[in-house]
This record gives sequence, C-alpha cells and structure tokens, in this order.
Amino acid sequence: MTETVIKTDKLTKRFGDFIATNGITFEVHKGEIFGFLGANGAGKTTAMRMLCGLSKPSSGSAQVAGFDVYKQTEQIKRNIGYMSQKFSLYEDLTVVENIRFFGGIYGLSNADIKTKSESLLAQLGMESEAKKLVGSLPLGWKQKLSFSVAVLHRPKIVFLDEPTGGVDPVTRRQFWNLIYAAAQDGITIFVTTHYMDEAEYCNRISIMVDGKIEALDTPRALKQRYNTTTMDDVFYQLARGAKRSE
Amino acid sequence: MKQFLTFVRKEFAHVLRDRKTLLILFGMPVVQILIFGFALTSEVKNSRVLIVDNANDAASQQLLTKIEASQYFEVDRSVMSPLQMEAAFREGEIKMAIVFPANFNEDLLHQNQAHVQIVTDASDPNTATSLTNYVSSIIQDYQASLNQTLSVPLRILPETRFIYNPQLKGVYNYVPGVMALVLMLVCVMMTAVSIVREKETGTMEVLLVSPFKPVLVILSKAVPYLILSLVNVGTILLMSIFVLDLPVAGNLLLLLAESTLFIITCLTLGIFISIKTSSQQVAMLISLMGMLLPTMLFSGFMFPIENMPVPLQIISNIVPSKWYYLIVKAVMIKGLGFSAIWKETLILAGMTLFLFVISLKNFKIRLA
Repeated sequence: MTETVIKTDKLTKRFGDFIATNGITFEVHKGEIFGFLGANGAGKTTAMRMLCGLSKPSSGSAQVAGFDVYKQTEQIKRNIGYMSQKFSLYEDLTVVENIRFFGGIYGLSNADIKTKSESLLAQLGMESEAKKLVGSLPLGWKQKLSFSVAVLHRPKIVFLDEPTGGVDPVTRRQFWNLIYAAAQDGITIFVTTHYMDEAEYCNRISIMVDGKIEALDTPRALKQRYNTTTMDDVFYQLARGAKRSE
Repeated sequence: MKQFLTFVRKEFAHVLRDRKTLLILFGMPVVQILIFGFALTSEVKNSRVLIVDNANDAASQQLLTKIEASQYFEVDRSVMSPLQMEAAFREGEIKMAIVFPANFNEDLLHQNQAHVQIVTDASDPNTATSLTNYVSSIIQDYQASLNQTLSVPLRILPETRFIYNPQLKGVYNYVPGVMALVLMLVCVMMTAVSIVREKETGTMEVLLVSPFKPVLVILSKAVPYLILSLVNVGTILLMSIFVLDLPVAGNLLLLLAESTLFIITCLTLGIFISIKTSSQQVAMLISLMGMLLPTMLFSGFMFPIENMPVPLQIISNIVPSKWYYLIVKAVMIKGLGFSAIWKETLILAGMTLFLFVISLKNFKIRLA
C-alpha cells in the first residue's frame, strides 16, 4: 500500500455565487508525479492555493502531508515547496544569495545551505554563474534554478504552477529531468501544465472542467477510455464542454 | 529570529544594489538642505532700499555714499512720511528703509553716539537678515574709519526693526520641514514600493507559501528603511549644525526619539498603502499625491497654516508630518522639552497605532 500525501474530500471554494472549485476528491501518493490539468479558469489555481494553505476552503476537507488545510497551515507550509507561474526568484540578487535567502527562511542551517547550494549548482552546471545576478540569466536557467530552490529544503511535496511556460522544448526536457530526479528522491510532484506532451510524463493526471475533476487516471488508461492516441484529444473531448473560460 | 535576520539581510541587498535609488536616498536631504538654505535665498543683490535722510549733514552723506557703493542695494533717496513709507513697504516697492534722525552728525560729535533706524520687510526672513547684516557691517566699517583719527571713540547705533514678521519666523523653518519631507518620502514611498514589487513579481506568493510568518515579511521590509531614515536624520542634523550654523537647541536624544516615532508612523503608512495597492506605479502615485503633497502643503513649512481657510486648517490636522514638524520646531529651534510636545507626540503615536491596526486587519483579509 503506497503512502498517501495529499487527500481531499469534496474540497470546495466559493467566491460569492461563483464556485471556483466544486467538490473535488482525489488522492496523491508519495513519490508520484501528479499532473493537474484543466483549461484556463477551470479552478486549478484555486485548488492549488487551498492545498498550499494560502486560501481557506469553503467546505470539504483535505490533508496535505498529513496535515489539515484548515488548522495546520503552518505545518503544511513547512513540508511543501512551491514554484509559481511567474518567475519567483529575486532578479537583483545573485544566484547564491537567492539560494541562501530561501534556505534561510525555511530555517536551514548555514552549513546545510552551503553544502546544498554547492551540490545544487553542480547539478545544474551553474558553478560559474553563482555570483551573477539572477536577472542576467536566460529564462530556461532561471526556471531550473527556481525549481531547485523550491526543493532545496527537501519538502514532502512540491507544487509547480505551470513551471515551463514560455520555455523552449530543450530546456523543458531538461526541466523534466530535474522533476524525475526529485521524484526519484521521494519528493511528490504536483504539477499544472498546458503542454500535453508534459502530461504524458506524469504518472497520473486529473483533468478539471468547470471546477470539477472530470477524469483521473494514468495517461495510458485515459487515452484508452476516450479511444484516442493522444492526450491532446482526451483533453479536447473533456474541455470543449466547458462553459467558463477566462 | 535567524530567519528574520536572513530576511532583513536580503532586504538590505535589494536596497544597496539599487545604486540609483540609493544615490537619491542619501543625496536628497543634502540637496534639499542646500537648495532651501542657499539657492532660494541668494537673490539679495540690488534690493531696493529707501533712504530717508532727515539729517542731510556731512556724516550722513558719507555713510550714504558707502551704502550706495554696495552692489547689494539700489538706493532711492527721498523724504517720506512714516505713512508713505509703510505704503511703499506694503506694495513691495522697497525691501528696506534706512532713516537718519535730524541731528545725526551733531549727536555723533557731541554725544559721541548717534542712532540710525533700519526697517526691514521680514516677510522673506532670509533676505531680511542678509540685508540687515550688510547694512550693519557697512555702518560698522564707517564707524571704524571715523575712529581711526579720534581719541574718543564714536558709536553709531543701528536700531533694527523687522516688520511683518518680527520674530523672523521661517528662517529655520525649512530644516524641520525638510526632515518631515525626506522621511515621508523615504519611509512611505520606498516601503510601499518595495512590498508591492514583491506582489508584482510573484515572489510574495512564494514567501506566503513558506513557513515564514507574513507579518514578519512586512516587518523585515521595514527594518532597512528605518535604519536608512535614521541615517538621513543624522545627515540633516549634521548639515544644519555645520553648514547652516543651526544647532539643536533642545535635547538631541529627545529629537532622535521623536524622529524614530515619526519614521515608524511613515513606515506603517507605507505598509498600509502597499497592502491596499497591487502595482508599483499606483503605490508610488498614492505616496506622492497622498503623502508628499499634503506634507508640503499642510505641514506648515511652506505655507503658514494660520493663514489658511478654516476647512484647510482642519484638514491639516490629519497630516502626520504637521505634528512632526511642530515637534521638531519646538525641540530643535525653540529648545523646548518633552512637556511642550507631549500632545503632538501622543497624536503621532495614536496615528501610528491606528494605521498599524488597520494594516494588520486588511492584511489578514487579503490572505483569506
């Protein structure tokens, strides 16, 4: 029996009359790469914000890393990493300063930060860029660095909100190698994306339409069920019925 | 605590790396002190001076020739009644009048001393002081040249009188004003912009997902600006002591403590703006229009509040810098102690508390 790290039950968020996330129920297992798909406005970001402890659910329940999203947001925050859609490192700080800062706010010791940043830079092949301002790096490098910083404190789960937007295919491939490596280390990956080739890389995916999860399975099983050969088609069949979009 | 220090260090890195802003930050008080102190008041050349020579004797003529030779004055000789003189002043035709009594030379020779009346329009206090100083030194110079050949020294006693503004209010008013202005600008605008910048770039979200407490995020943003502002207060005080010859008349520690209070008021204001806005431009605009302008208009340092219509006088009460300005003037220039400014201090402290509470409240709402 695999360990469950995220478990939600009828998790719902309302903004007035608008139901952004409508009773979603799912589980994510330890070390899994879980793709969280959906068209713009389907409610992915709201769901993710609830799981990260940024937003209080209206009803339903959820545990992240074994902690309750209503009462134990502090513990949740300690056990997750997060990489937002927008590039989220400080451009006016150097690579090393960014690593030191984020390590610092997660309470890592100086010695720990030092060894981790050295191995991180070696893994990314960025030793010579260590003292450069992050703003001067190409986007692909920034994204890879951003991901490495998000998992620096060895969280149980890392949430990636469209991490590869605007990145070229080669860098995207490299980025996914980093994701695989992290998953291999036992870090659970919760990722949203609009790229269907990336959806294929996931162990399981869920597809949200109008605030509800319409499908949840392995990419292969989904393609079988919808009788098609590509994830693009699966997504299209589900999402074209959507009433709302941004 | 260690996390907090990590954060503060990062904030310092942001500030120190931004060279242009840093230059403005530290250059601004210096430039403002110099501009307000000198540039705006250097136009004392060729001031129109009225001479009422009731004596018209040898001594008065000699002295007049000396005054006329000076480049500072444009002399107008005529006889005027005190009433006409007043009218000339009121219309701004003349800046100064020098009145010789009827028996100037005689007094000088027989009583060994004579009076000269110097009347100056002090509505522009800096010009008035300079003009009076020029005339006094010319008179002294003349007196010295007379005394070279005499065994009994003669004395010419200038009687100076400032009209419209007898206490020369405003000479030093701008120093407390500049302090209020600079602190307002640095604390409110810089803090607001630096917090909103994190919202704009998306790093705020990352910080909120981290276990670092949101309130600490905000507080650690305020620390560098608190320290920078104290440095600015120091610069202004040093400049006013050594460049403007304006010492701190009252207790320096009291002045610093009050300045710290005002800095905290401004920081909370900046934080409040940053919570309410989501783009750097808006934060900047609100800071400039909502804070800087009222500081200039309503603190009383450029335009006297007593002369304003009552509604504006009432509005001026909600401008924090007005109270700080009063405090600095009392402590720095008049040399008063805490007993004279406790009311103003209380008002500032109250404003700070109020802003802090509503910021905290709004901050929580935003997170939910």
